[in-house]
Amino acid sequence: MAEIRKRTKPLAVNPLKTSQPMGASLALLGVNGALPILHGAQGCTAFAKVFFVRHFREPIPLQSTAMDQVSSIMGADDNIVAALKSVCEKAKPAALGLFTTSLAEVEGADIHRVIKRFRSRCPEHQGVRLVAVNTPDFDGCLETGYAAAVRAMVDGWVPAAQPGRPGRSSRQVNVLAGSLLTPGDLEALKELIISFGLYPVVIPDLADSLDGHLAAADFSPITTGGAPVAAFAALGDAAATLVIGASLSAAADLLRERTGVPDYRFDHLLGLEATDALIMTLGGIAGAPVPPRLERQRAQLQDAMLDTHFLLGQSRCAIAGDPDLLNAFSHLLGETGVEIVAAVAPSRAPVLERVPVAEVQIGDLEDLENLARQHDAEFIISNSHAAETAQRLNLPLLRAGFPLHDRIGAYQRTWIGYQGARQALFDLANLLLSHDQHEIAPYHAFYSAKSDFLREAPHHELAAASADCGQRH
Amino acid sequence: MKAHDLARLLDEPACVHNHQTKSGCARPTPGATAGGCTFDGAQITLLPIADVAHIVHGPSGCAGSSWDNRGARSSGPALYRIGMTTDLTEQDIIMGRSEKRLFHAIRQAVDSYAPAAVFVYNTCVPALTGDDLTAVCKAAATRWGTPVVPVDAAGFYGNKNLGNRIAGDTLLNSVVGTREPDPPPVDPRRPSLRVHDINLIGEYNIAGELWHVLPLFDELGLRVLCALSGDARYREVQTMHRAEVSMVVCSRALLNVAAGLQERYGAPWFEGSFYGVTDMAAALRGFTRLLHDPDLTARTEALIAREEAACDAALAPWRERLQGKRALLYTGGVKSWSVVSALQDLGIRVVATGTKKSTEADKARIRALMGDGAPMIEDGNPRQLLDLVQHYQADILIAGGRNMYTALKARLPFLDVNQEREHGYAGYRGIVTLARQLARALANPVWDAVRNPPPWRVRETDHG
Repeated sequence: MAEIRKRTKPLAVNPLKTSQPMGASLALLGVNGALPILHGAQGCTAFAKVFFVRHFREPIPLQSTAMDQVSSIMGADDNIVAALKSVCEKAKPAALGLFTTSLAEVEGADIHRVIKRFRSRCPEHQGVRLVAVNTPDFDGCLETGYAAAVRAMVDGWVPAAQPGRPGRSSRQVNVLAGSLLTPGDLEALKELIISFGLYPVVIPDLADSLDGHLAAADFSPITTGGAPVAAFAALGDAAATLVIGASLSAAADLLRERTGVPDYRFDHLLGLEATDALIMTLGGIAGAPVPPRLERQRAQLQDAMLDTHFLLGQSRCAIAGDPDLLNAFSHLLGETGVEIVAAVAPSRAPVLERVPVAEVQIGDLEDLENLARQHDAEFIISNSHAAETAQRLNLPLLRAGFPLHDRIGAYQRTWIGYQGARQALFDLANLLLSHDQHEIAPYHAFYSAKSDFLREAPHHELAAASADCGQRH
Repeated sequence: MKAHDLARLLDEPACVHNHQTKSGCARPTPGATAGGCTFDGAQITLLPIADVAHIVHGPSGCAGSSWDNRGARSSGPALYRIGMTTDLTEQDIIMGRSEKRLFHAIRQAVDSYAPAAVFVYNTCVPALTGDDLTAVCKAAATRWGTPVVPVDAAGFYGNKNLGNRIAGDTLLNSVVGTREPDPPPVDPRRPSLRVHDINLIGEYNIAGELWHVLPLFDELGLRVLCALSGDARYREVQTMHRAEVSMVVCSRALLNVAAGLQERYGAPWFEGSFYGVTDMAAALRGFTRLLHDPDLTARTEALIAREEAACDAALAPWRERLQGKRALLYTGGVKSWSVVSALQDLGIRVVATGTKKSTEADKARIRALMGDGAPMIEDGNPRQLLDLVQHYQADILIAGGRNMYTALKARLPFLDVNQEREHGYAGYRGIVTLARQLARALANPVWDAVRNPPPWRVRETDHG
């Protein structure tokens, strides 16, 4: 439906893109006892670590193969073996991920061969699960790196189906969770599944690792939660798999082929229609009626749609984010009649063609800024990097995606389900309310006897300026 | 960058510890590395120059995850906050189109933002494929009529410190000395005042803290030609060669700039810090010592006496609250002693300090402040830091942002003293802010709330 417009500028200004190795790292951070390692220079890891620490406000386990001038030229295979060995000895991880950066790819690393070498050289670390994925940052974005890592985990850790296995755990529902879901989303999704008497196994499970909880232990060099490695072996027993996010279709294909468990795919779970589809599916899997509580929540969302439609109907939104997120929000907004006047994604994906907009620009936040100005957008949806964009445009910003570093607890935001959609609509409407530009300027009649308007005018301006409009102060 | 250039940068004659074993210049260890890369260091040093377009030449990872994340403030242009990268694609790299992309990227930056200059940062991939950054920048400067400065500090060259040095070296060679300073404006209230020109090297104006110090310099008639690089403009950097004295603020990594200015233009320099009452006075006296202006010396002493009296009064209530508290300090380089002194001014006992990036001279100053037996932490991974906190019974961990969650997850009060922080601690006003932030961190009911187990667990233990 949407026309995809290619990047045409030589320079990316205010980058929207978060790199592939970071997406892959994020996926592994949803596995318990895990530690991602970036194959690159030490800065690749340092930057990625700071990025995630600021987003989640949590310590983030992340290591580096620390390529330097010599190894970048003479070959850095030994760095990989040394890094894996050192990390296995010191951190005692259950799972490791090795993700390449552009530097490693240009150097010509064959990570899969080196992993074999590590396995033969260090049999004492045989128990540590490993995934190695090519995730150069000259290609794709966070979403593609994340999806590639999920696929690699399925490939490496899920055994082939045996006859009679699929459905053996008739209450188990697997969830392949895409990078568009926050820890808050995953918590809500698990509760939805449980409310049908089903048992969710979420892969990867960021709600169990990066949900922001104070653990008993004072320090851990590896993740302190997430999907257990053993869960991968049990995926084949499930009655069904839910796949959330179009970006995971390759991982989902592989999982279905490997296990024979039937899957149900959702591009996203934002808004009434998508949540209805999920609830119908869960009801079908469970063979149970929809719990009355959910029906109530649905009615609440309907009511919220009515309450907000005055503000949101035909309001003009500019949005930038990774493809799945962009698609999800576009559908949510579409349900309340919001017009998306600018849509920007950092890289291409098949799902972009399904986004209900006229065109999607592959680009950066400068593109978003220009398009928003050109098409008179009234509000922005993007990550925290867009705060200054919104400020320059004097528009309110709803923050979603990566990174969210200027709001406390933003990573925990729940967007999905009836309740998530309801809150999103409320927040959007409030943004517009507090940033209302349609106030009619008072007119002071020439013949008027009022003598106090001079004092009132500046007061009025002050009130408008101090209103919380989602901008930085 | 050529190997002999790198070797020259790693060899620092101004460092007194040069003939001894260096603690901070080891090669990174695979699987046990925490610091940033050379590109990171170069970017940290130069990015605060506010009216320059900073273009990161590389694939998305380098700029994509590092832009918009530091606390340096500008009093004017916000151009330095605009992230720019050539965002190289696979096709650019394979087909050798990255130089061409860079050339046009520079034009785009010049066309859309009219910068005072363009800085182009090399990164690993173009360094490996062999892009000729210097040639592209030279051609672009001629073609688009704006200075274009290549900063050849790709990540794999080494650590952050090397990047700081390369950045300083680049400015010395390509920017400093390309413009003469204007005559200083005459203050109508003090028309006969003799104004001295100075540089502040390694002052990044984190959280705006330079603005705590500048009023004092104004009062004394010291014109800061350039603060490198906090709230700096390109035109200010150009004139650094005309300073009579340079002060190196909290950054051994930029000693090469001070030493270079002395060697080429004869300006003496000294090292100092704006943190704490004692060091603040020492810094001001550092200028008078080198400027040999009796009038200035007298006015400086009067200013110090006045400010210290005011500061003492402002600090009194805080000192009472902070007296005897025990702090574990873990921060790099010069801050390992400059912050010690500031904390001691507040009556806090520093039980140990980190020396990972410190030189022998830094360590000597630590001993002077903390005694010969001062515990120094050479390599503080999170586990070790927490063990040391336990061992020394520290009340608070004072460190850089990367250790914030090390402390918080261990239910330990924390204060950020590195570049991401939100508060300025420099100058006489800054020390009061520091005291207030310390008191805020230490005295909060959350510490009890987060250390106590849930009540049902307490009951379980009660019943055995």
